[in-house]
Amino acid sequence: MAEKPIQGEKRVFMTGNEVAAWAALAAEADIMYGYPITPQNEIMHYWTRLSPKFDRGFLQTEDEISAGFTTCGGVLSGKRAFTATAGPGNTLMQESMTMAEMMRIPLVCVVQQRGGPSTATVIYSQQEATMTCYGGNGEGFRIVYSTSTHQELYDYVIKGFNTAWTYRFPTFVLGDGYQAKMRESLHIYDPATKGINMVATEPSLGLEGTPGVDRDPQHLRNTYNTEEELYEVVSELVADYEKAAPEIVEYQTFDTDDAEIVIVAHGIVTRAAQAAVKELREEGIKVGHFRPITLRPFPANELKEIASKAKKLIVMESAQGQFDRMVKHAIYGLTTPIEDYFKPGMGITSEEIVEYVKKGM
Amino acid sequence: MAKTVKIALAGEGGQGVQSVAGIMVGAANDKGREALYIPNFGVEQRGGVSVAFCQISDDKIGSPKFKKADLVIALSDRAVRRTTQYVDENTVFIYDSSIEDIEDDLPKNAKKVIGIPALDVAKKELHPRVFNVIIMGAAIEATHIVEMPEAKEALEKKLGYKFEQNPKLRPLNFTALEKGAELVKELL
Amino acid sequence: MSKAPNMPKSWREETKPHKFCPGCGHGLVLKALGQAIDELGIQDRVVFGCDIGCSLLSFDFFNVDSVQTHHGRTTPVVTGVKRARPDRICIAYMGDGGGYAIGSQHLVNAAARNEKITVILANNCNYGMTGGQMAPTSLPGMKTETTPYGRDPEVTGYPTQGPEMVSAITREGAYVARGTVANVRQLKNYIKKALQNQVEGNGFSFVEALSGCPTNWSTNAKDTWAFIEETMPKYFKVGELKAPAKKEE
Ligand SMILES: Cc1ncc(C[n+]2csc(CCOP(=O)(O)OP(=O)(O)O)c2C)c(N)n1
Ligand code: SF4
Repeated sequence: MAEKPIQGEKRVFMTGNEVAAWAALAAEADIMYGYPITPQNEIMHYWTRLSPKFDRGFLQTEDEISAGFTTCGGVLSGKRAFTATAGPGNTLMQESMTMAEMMRIPLVCVVQQRGGPSTATVIYSQQEATMTCYGGNGEGFRIVYSTSTHQELYDYVIKGFNTAWTYRFPTFVLGDGYQAKMRESLHIYDPATKGINMVATEPSLGLEGTPGVDRDPQHLRNTYNTEEELYEVVSELVADYEKAAPEIVEYQTFDTDDAEIVIVAHGIVTRAAQAAVKELREEGIKVGHFRPITLRPFPANELKEIASKAKKLIVMESAQGQFDRMVKHAIYGLTTPIEDYFKPGMGITSEEIVEYVKKGM
Repeated sequence: MAKTVKIALAGEGGQGVQSVAGIMVGAANDKGREALYIPNFGVEQRGGVSVAFCQISDDKIGSPKFKKADLVIALSDRAVRRTTQYVDENTVFIYDSSIEDIEDDLPKNAKKVIGIPALDVAKKELHPRVFNVIIMGAAIEATHIVEMPEAKEALEKKLGYKFEQNPKLRPLNFTALEKGAELVKELL
Repeated sequence: MSKAPNMPKSWREETKPHKFCPGCGHGLVLKALGQAIDELGIQDRVVFGCDIGCSLLSFDFFNVDSVQTHHGRTTPVVTGVKRARPDRICIAYMGDGGGYAIGSQHLVNAAARNEKITVILANNCNYGMTGGQMAPTSLPGMKTETTPYGRDPEVTGYPTQGPEMVSAITREGAYVARGTVANVRQLKNYIKKALQNQVEGNGFSFVEALSGCPTNWSTNAKDTWAFIEETMPKYFKVGELKAPAKKEE
């Protein structure tokens, strides 16, 4: 076996795309399939430079439809396979992601959100939240980690592979163009030094032995004949997903214990929210912040409890209410007033959050 | 240095703003500081104004972009117009004094507006290629995100291989750095 | 500054100088296209569609109704227009990634259906807009962002032969040619014939243009031209591949 890409742990200063490539290497990913799209390109650029040194594979496909399905093929063959995309590429990938949901294909996909709808900008947004969680003709049987720092990007790409292979649901690391392109410091490490073992992979196709003689053949399918048959299959998916959800769900709270105003935000906007809470607290304003790390499964109970004690929630996102719908769905039944702060395709700074909170008091 | 220092550097493609930003935040990071640098990118890259957003702090940094900067440096007429939005009463605004027809566009609300003859100095006294290093010197003097020796170290790290090939480049770059600092020193 | 007397009549002066990088081939392909539109006198009837790729920068290039589509989807959008408005002269303009990778199914099927549209494709051996990744047309051994050690044909195949493929799957009535920005006159003639073929309602028309991308090739003017004039034709043969039998020049 080739040498470990990262020995021990070290502090580095790099872009998020570089971080994602290193994390996949450290996580012992076997192969990447992908198609160029800004702001995700450099994940592929770094991967194509680094992977041959560690005997890992790469295929540039003809589009994202193909990238998604080749990733499915890689995973079905028992490889720790992944892909990365953004924007319109994410749209095209949804078809394969529904196959992964239905057939329990534990692939990993890194999404670096860009502006939408359509080609829009290649810069930044949080407008792929709905699609990444619920895209295609699926039911959202997916795991979605919404990261906010380079450290998290590194940690959750590694964790994503293990979550995927433990629970066998397609797993997404939802970043964005800022995270992709900016440089900041983080620690990269060999997972083993942190006691993280990579969950073993196993093939579903191409198994040893002669089918029909040594073993039953694998006959994998995603099509069913009757309503009843499908209902049974989907019910099983639901049951498995709901059983796994409490083990997977992750969130963070900041000063929520006595908070009268709670800012709810995910992804990179949490950075602005955390900074704003700190500043506002220094002025004695009772504000807190709730941040889901997993958008799927959503930390509904945890949010509901905090929201029930607050006088007001402010949902902030760089999209026109995609995250807001998840929040409202989660806390349905509460009467806590909710304010929206939507900036589709635009970054949100701590300065504007501070200003907004003060204005509303 | 308790507070986060926020810098917006803007120029035309080819003026080297992004590489200067990269070297500066790299220097701060090497010192163990927290640094965050977000280049601007997009379809506009082709022929647009290039803005680099940098933040340096002793603590983890919040949102990658900001509304108002402590220091704005604008190196072309379009860059001046594009960056006045990042100016408030705490901002030092530095521009190159050779830019024409911008008197009306310069910010009125800045703490200080400083024109420096960086381009002239580069052309007449040093070399046009070190224009961006002069700018880096000015930025460092205006913010002290790192000190001069550290800035030189960072240049050495980035350009060392070129210095090896042509030893004259080292003093040229270091002089440019010092010159940049000098140009703003009395004006701050 | 662009020289007004040389500027095709159908170009939109207000959007010049254009936004392509200095030395880019797209401008020359669009010059040939502009001249062809002028010579045929069809400016009032043209509907122009451009892809996502550097061709997107041409969305306001001409004084003709134009539409930017999605990456790879220009052929179907333009086909949709043509089916709805057969009296229009519909042009789909794209790069090699748009035409031969993500949009290849559309190219194949539009050609197979003999859609009466004109597809013009700029082949610059890489993905320009996204910063120089491998394209289906990248040459063996060529270093790109996703083949940093050089394109290995054993792993990633050989350069796509677009016009050859289109010519193989189209029937009588189609027009297929490969020109080059190194010979704009010839390229203009090919594009003119391709448009004329649509005007006459004969069938699908396709012109590939060998084009340059100095930005991502990292070449100076001399090397850019050497690559277009000497290296590319080794893999991509310039000339007409198919023309309706009954037609004469
Ligand atoms: C579905 C989708 N995938 C990927 C992209 C990103 N993208 C934009 S342009 C482009 C390639 C451009 O290359 P080409 O078509 O060869 O044209 P050129 O820029 O070289 O002229 C890609 C991959 C996109 N916009 N949409
Ligand atoms: S990147 Fe290449 S194809 Fe695109 S405009 Fe520049 S030279 Fe032309």
